[in-house]
Amino acid sequence: MGGLIRVAIIGAGVVGASISRVLSMFEDFEVHLIEREADVGWGVSKANTGIIHAGYDDEPDLFPLRAKLCAEGNLIWHEWVKDLDIPTRWCGSLVLAFNSEEEEILEDLLDRGIRNGVPSLEIIDHEKLKMLEPNSSENATAALWAPTAGQISPWDAVAALVENSIANGVKLHLSTEVRGIKVVEGRISGLETNKSFLEVDCVINAAGLYADKISEMAGVGGYYIKPRKGEYLIFDKDAEPKVSRIIFPTPTPISKGVVVTTTTDGNLMIGPSAQDLPENLREDKSNTYDGLKFVWESASNLVNKLPPRSKVIRFFAGLRPEPSGGDFIIRDCDEVFGFIEASGMRSPGLTSAPAVARMILDALKAKFDLNPKLKAGWNRYRRRIKRFSEMTFEERIKAVNENPGYGRIICVDELVTEAEIVEAIRRGATTIDSIKFRTRACMGTCQGSSCMYKVAVILARELNVPLWSVSLKGPGTEIGIGDVKALFKEFKEKNKLEGESQG
Amino acid sequence: MWENYDLAIIGGGPAGLASAIRAWKMGVESIVLLEESNFLGGVLPQCIHPGFGLHYFREDLTGPEFAAKLLDQLKSTGVNVLSGSYAEHLEVKSGGEKEISGYMYGRAFKVKCKAAICAAGCRERSRFEVNILGDRPVGVYTAGEAQTLMDMYGVLPGSEIVVVGSGDVGLIMARRFALEGADVKAVVEVMPYPGGLTRNIIQCLEDFHIPLYLSCMVTEIKGSRRVEGVKIVRVDEKLNPIHGSENFLKCNAVILAVGLKPRVELLAKAGALIDEATGGPVVNDWLETTIPGVFAAGNVLVINDLVDYAAEQGERAAESAAKLIHEGFPTFKFKRVVLGRNVRLIVPHLISCAQDVTFYGRVGKPEENVQVRFEEISRAFKLPIARPSEMFRFKISADDLLKMRDEKIMVNVVKV
Repeated sequence: MGGLIRVAIIGAGVVGASISRVLSMFEDFEVHLIEREADVGWGVSKANTGIIHAGYDDEPDLFPLRAKLCAEGNLIWHEWVKDLDIPTRWCGSLVLAFNSEEEEILEDLLDRGIRNGVPSLEIIDHEKLKMLEPNSSENATAALWAPTAGQISPWDAVAALVENSIANGVKLHLSTEVRGIKVVEGRISGLETNKSFLEVDCVINAAGLYADKISEMAGVGGYYIKPRKGEYLIFDKDAEPKVSRIIFPTPTPISKGVVVTTTTDGNLMIGPSAQDLPENLREDKSNTYDGLKFVWESASNLVNKLPPRSKVIRFFAGLRPEPSGGDFIIRDCDEVFGFIEASGMRSPGLTSAPAVARMILDALKAKFDLNPKLKAGWNRYRRRIKRFSEMTFEERIKAVNENPGYGRIICVDELVTEAEIVEAIRRGATTIDSIKFRTRACMGTCQGSSCMYKVAVILARELNVPLWSVSLKGPGTEIGIGDVKALFKEFKEKNKLEGESQG
Repeated sequence: MWENYDLAIIGGGPAGLASAIRAWKMGVESIVLLEESNFLGGVLPQCIHPGFGLHYFREDLTGPEFAAKLLDQLKSTGVNVLSGSYAEHLEVKSGGEKEISGYMYGRAFKVKCKAAICAAGCRERSRFEVNILGDRPVGVYTAGEAQTLMDMYGVLPGSEIVVVGSGDVGLIMARRFALEGADVKAVVEVMPYPGGLTRNIIQCLEDFHIPLYLSCMVTEIKGSRRVEGVKIVRVDEKLNPIHGSENFLKCNAVILAVGLKPRVELLAKAGALIDEATGGPVVNDWLETTIPGVFAAGNVLVINDLVDYAAEQGERAAESAAKLIHEGFPTFKFKRVVLGRNVRLIVPHLISCAQDVTFYGRVGKPEENVQVRFEEISRAFKLPIARPSEMFRFKISADDLLKMRDEKIMVNVVKV
């Protein structure tokens, strides 16, 4: 087959973005990354624990893809985070056991890890556990130590992958919802979206929570996605004690359990709960009394001490896409030529994403009988927005001298400057949440009550739109309903019309 | 690159402005005022309602008018104003000199001074601090944030409003929305009594037929993208939700007036002791924090009901700073103020007995016909109605204070 292969990746989460980055390396593809939200990484990728797992959790006979891709993905992330300047802490993880039964489970995990090719796993006793993590529970009798696990900033990861993809020629389509997939004579011919019709030869389904619907649109289907809700609590940066490792309980068949970890930004975080939702509640990210209580109690068991509840600055929830079969669904679908699944990306989906991307590349090579050619000018690197808060005093003075906007502090809690916000806008941010996830403005103690409007003012100025129409996360989430006299104008308008009709 | 001043004032709100003006009048000639935003006055410019200045100016003023009066006075001083400047660090050098460093548009600044007054104000508590669960859509604003959007930037946050919290800020915002033609569904208050001043209950709610739901709690916010409503529930005497009393109120914006917290980060980082009761720094009767030569005034010291009190504290701090700059402080032996029966908080915390002292405090629970008693010197002040939401303020003369022999000053609120 000659010419460019036009590929549409549905879903700009970590899986779709990883695939787009890998495909962007080659001359053979024209890549379109399709995202329904106003920004990338706002689905499953945004609200999770942000752990790059070591790879010992998944039973290779039951879940071969999860087992293989997690361990592989961990290795690739070690490289990617350097190439793409993604905040990561390779702090290792500990699975705590509290009795002999749980210690047996640790042995199983160790065995699994070895079978999955995970390096440097070790079962350690209480004493060594306390050395590695002084705040771990006194009652823990043993732990599985996995030094290759790490903590990543998941939204930074997606933003980085997408920025790097765009720099290498990928076309990003935001606020673009797929309405239909056109298949002609058993072959993919294009995508019907809310914006246009896009002619493509290949569709990669990385649609997260909606992957089953997309698959059905292509006439493939055969599985369904169950939303599983996980609630989290985040503590203020100055809340102590923190943990220096990622701490897990021994897993159950359903879940890896509630984790205690410190995010790459330095906030202690606990979660997730695991609540299976009915299939129709794929947007339910509400926090519940029971969910948060469960998280609090479970986390309390893992550590000596949690910071006081008054130090919680935010709670949130995310949904994980549980595939009906349990394992990831990654395959070239023979039923429809050019339709490739990268779905069912439950945990360890974030970890596995880079390995999934390479697997998809292999599938494309086989399908289209390719020996893809590396782009001459492919840029491996991407740099993150320079953070004022992370600079030394000398660096700050230099930054302010070069760009006066670095001297204007917008978010006091996180020390985010106007220059960073303007740079985020230059990189494509159009909403308050986009700014928040790229710069950390509004992520501090006040959760935006003192700086959200300042961010909005900068957005309105840079995008040249009325302030009220600046949105939190795209259409329908504008910060206001109009200017301050909007209701009176509406009232006058209505009365005038009624008056006229009477006349 | 260091700029030298006698006095640095952090914060250009009412307390900061009043202290700058007062210090100048006291003969402090080298003063810098550091203000984070690009205008002076703090929250006053956005408080377009009247009720300000009855004590301080003996006039009923709006917020902008109150600010204008202070700014007029500031004009005739030689105070150097650095607006748009964020003070990040405050450090005390071994000689007692203070160094304040931070950033402003286009440059970093470093200020050296003999004395500093922190008048950094307060911040609002978020929904997460009061555990309002549910969804996280757009349309949830703190009262001050909504006020900024409406009265500084002309943005209307919603047309159907539920206000959480019946403190003055909440009441005033309920009226503010009503004045713009919004349908204010209710003001919801968890306590069995309103949190704001009685005059505000009448002028902001009753005059506008806005319902006040006492002993009710907003437990959840609904709406996946924009607020669609709130779940409210009645609570019992122990503030526990009453099962089966849940109700849904439709609205498209939720305004939170659920408390203010002094912005003490700068002081705390510098090592000032913080009082858990006020959330502000521990101060003596010179309004000096536990860092010698660093004073505090306004809402960073204690959340005030009236801007007049903030300005008054600003003056007090300025007088102390002027004294320190001109003649230095003698060494005082301080007596500690102890919270007694039904006293939730009181400032100042330490008393030198060398001067008259104005006390500001709050009770823990509402009572009628009580007295605030300064036990040892048997001074008592009548409070016909004592409510946690209404600050009490009393002045005790140095003569009275000098009569005390005890190391502690016990303050009680007792039934008459």
